[in-house]
Amino acid sequence: MSLEEGGPESPESDVTINMMSFEDTELTLGLPGEGRSSSTTTTAAAVVNGAKCSAKRGYIETVDLNLGSCSSKPRGHGDTSVHDSGAGKPPAAKSQVVGWPPVRSSRKKAMNESCKYVKVAVDGAPFLRKVNLQAYSDYRYLIKDLENLFSSSFTIRNYGTCDDDKEESKLKDGAKGMEYVPTYEDKDGDWMLVGDVPWNNKNFSNMFKYCKLS
Amino acid sequence: MMMIIVDEVIEHIFDFITSHKDRNSVSLVCKSWYKIERYSRQRVFIGNCYSISPERLIARFPGLKSLTLKGKPHFADFNLVPHDWGGFLDPWIKAFAKNRIGLEELRLKRMVVSDESLELLSKSFVNFKSLILVSCEGFTTDGLAAIAANCRNLRELDLQENEVDDHRGHWLSCFPESCTSLVSLNFACLKGEINLAALERLVARSPNLKSLRLNRSVPLDTLQKLLMRAPQLLDLGTGSYVHDPSSEAYNELKASIQKCKSIRSLSGFLEVAPRCMAAIYPICANLTFLNLSYAAGLHGNALTKLIQHCNKLQRLWILDCIGDKGLGVVASTCKELQELRVFPSDPYGAGNAAVTEEGLVLISAGCPKLNSLLYFCQQMTNAALITVAKNCPNFIRFRLCTLDPTKPDPVTNLPLDEGFGAIVQSCKGLKRLSLSGLLTDQVFLYIGMYAEQLEMLSIAFAGESDKGMLYVLNGCKKLRKLEIRDCPFGNAALLEDVGKYETMRSLWMSSCEVTLGACKTLAEKMPRLKVELINDSDQMEFNLDDDQKVEKMYLYRSVVGHREDAPEFVWIL
Repeated sequence: MSLEEGGPESPESDVTINMMSFEDTELTLGLPGEGRSSSTTTTAAAVVNGAKCSAKRGYIETVDLNLGSCSSKPRGHGDTSVHDSGAGKPPAAKSQVVGWPPVRSSRKKAMNESCKYVKVAVDGAPFLRKVNLQAYSDYRYLIKDLENLFSSSFTIRNYGTCDDDKEESKLKDGAKGMEYVPTYEDKDGDWMLVGDVPWNNKNFSNMFKYCKLS
Repeated sequence: MMMIIVDEVIEHIFDFITSHKDRNSVSLVCKSWYKIERYSRQRVFIGNCYSISPERLIARFPGLKSLTLKGKPHFADFNLVPHDWGGFLDPWIKAFAKNRIGLEELRLKRMVVSDESLELLSKSFVNFKSLILVSCEGFTTDGLAAIAANCRNLRELDLQENEVDDHRGHWLSCFPESCTSLVSLNFACLKGEINLAALERLVARSPNLKSLRLNRSVPLDTLQKLLMRAPQLLDLGTGSYVHDPSSEAYNELKASIQKCKSIRSLSGFLEVAPRCMAAIYPICANLTFLNLSYAAGLHGNALTKLIQHCNKLQRLWILDCIGDKGLGVVASTCKELQELRVFPSDPYGAGNAAVTEEGLVLISAGCPKLNSLLYFCQQMTNAALITVAKNCPNFIRFRLCTLDPTKPDPVTNLPLDEGFGAIVQSCKGLKRLSLSGLLTDQVFLYIGMYAEQLEMLSIAFAGESDKGMLYVLNGCKKLRKLEIRDCPFGNAALLEDVGKYETMRSLWMSSCEVTLGACKTLAEKMPRLKVELINDSDQMEFNLDDDQKVEKMYLYRSVVGHREDAPEFVWIL
């Protein structure tokens, strides 16, 4: 049985009784959407969730907005279709069992709303990271944290003034001479430069689809 | 010469007897004491709203001022009970209003509360002071507006984890300018915007305000203004705690927080910027309760650094993203810790919990005063539980939840019987226990043998046969609430000692092996037990075959007749 809640980026599409090992749900290698054995080429366009991105060279930082859910979508109330009279039998797929883990719905909903995790990938970096957009009040600190996350792979060169919403902070790969700027794909599918839209707008994080540091 | 103690003296003595249990005992001594007690009783606790009727309550306790009322069974929290099952407040308020009860305090848990009943409540009781709603539903902010507008002497409005339809109205603005009596205001569970200016004015004119818990819509700069007005707060729940740490507003917040030397309890952080936590440091050393269980954005160093400032903590609620290492920090910092709750940051259970048995062992070693635990974890071992039992013999509440409900000890691949056995044997004062992991009948043998003070037991996906349930029913003399789901317990266990259930508040069994026939037998033998069969809300038809297994059964003792508000999908035998 497949997990009804599995989103496209969720690796738990085949759920068995045994928990997936922790490593399976840890950082992924390579480009998103390409599985674990993909290369880390710096030139390929990002293919995220099957959608082709524009062919900007030299970088890929893709952020999938996992709107409103850290991992899986909420179970509808009264959903008992998967609930066997499985007395004494362990559940076939743990996550399909109504009411397990025993957490109040109000808490589940609140957790949904405080989690706006997005995946961040940089072309050439060996693994993706995740950041919670809810934790930021403006761009500067988001960019700063993204730089810190990837600082092991790249040198960082700051660019522009500090006060402006439009500050651009560029990751620079000293060896290859390529620069990275933050971008994101909005809901129309266009690649936008991070910083044009004011951050301090509660709706902002809903506009993120992908964020590329390119 | 015989000395006669006059009734008034006895009544005066009874004033000093405040616990419900003691007052119940006192009322059983003789008719005279029963009479004196009932007229002088002001506070009543009703654990199951269907065990008695409002009319009977009023008849016995005409002087009622403070009522605690609980509705739906506990497993309703986890979507096991359909909406509209019951637990309506309305008939109670109507009866109290009609009989001119001088109601002052009302505390409700898992009840269905309508706007109409809130409005009636607000208009019927001149001295109404305190409304506490926990895990309730059925009302909107319009009902809150009525409470705000009409309760002239309101001291406390405390909304905890309710499902409220937020009409984004101006309910907060409905507190009249003359209302200056607020001591406690908690609206953290509301989803909508509120009028920030009205909130500031309300706080400014509430000199007795001791507890304030905000919702997500209150931004950090408003928090700063509120703290300026109310530096006397004991309990604070922040709203959205996200800001630019280099801003003026943040610096002002830092200054305001420092003046709040009385804050002992801190919660909220529904949205949190880790960079802003430094503002909290100055008050951390005073905290006895810290609730970060909604602060999904706070983990790693920012989290542990905060905890390291909190050396007087007695109660800590956190998310499992703290990790085992983070729990180690708690263990070395919080030596006064009595209660720990670790919630899953992934409450849908599809991923992994970040804590294991290791974190719990560290806590038990560092915090010997621990007596209350709720722990969602990836796995648990018998060895760990045995160690915990040795380190912490004072547990009163012990609730463990492995994300995979039938997970064995990963080291030995054995069930967790021995581990939980050690807990019940060591913790002689244990009153509440929730089990999980792979469990056989053996664990129930231990529970029946050792858990002499156990009052509430929650079992899921455990046991092998009727023997398991029988060990518990026969052994735990003080058992009041037993809730079981997905266990192979059947008719033999259910029917062995039907009298037992009259000593308990309630029994819940779902997805077990109990059949309709057995439930009917039970209902026939015990007329003062209500046996409810509950279908899903879209299933009105009941399969009438006696051999058919019952999906959900809820039975409870009652001194009144069948409830008349049961929906179509509930069959009361």
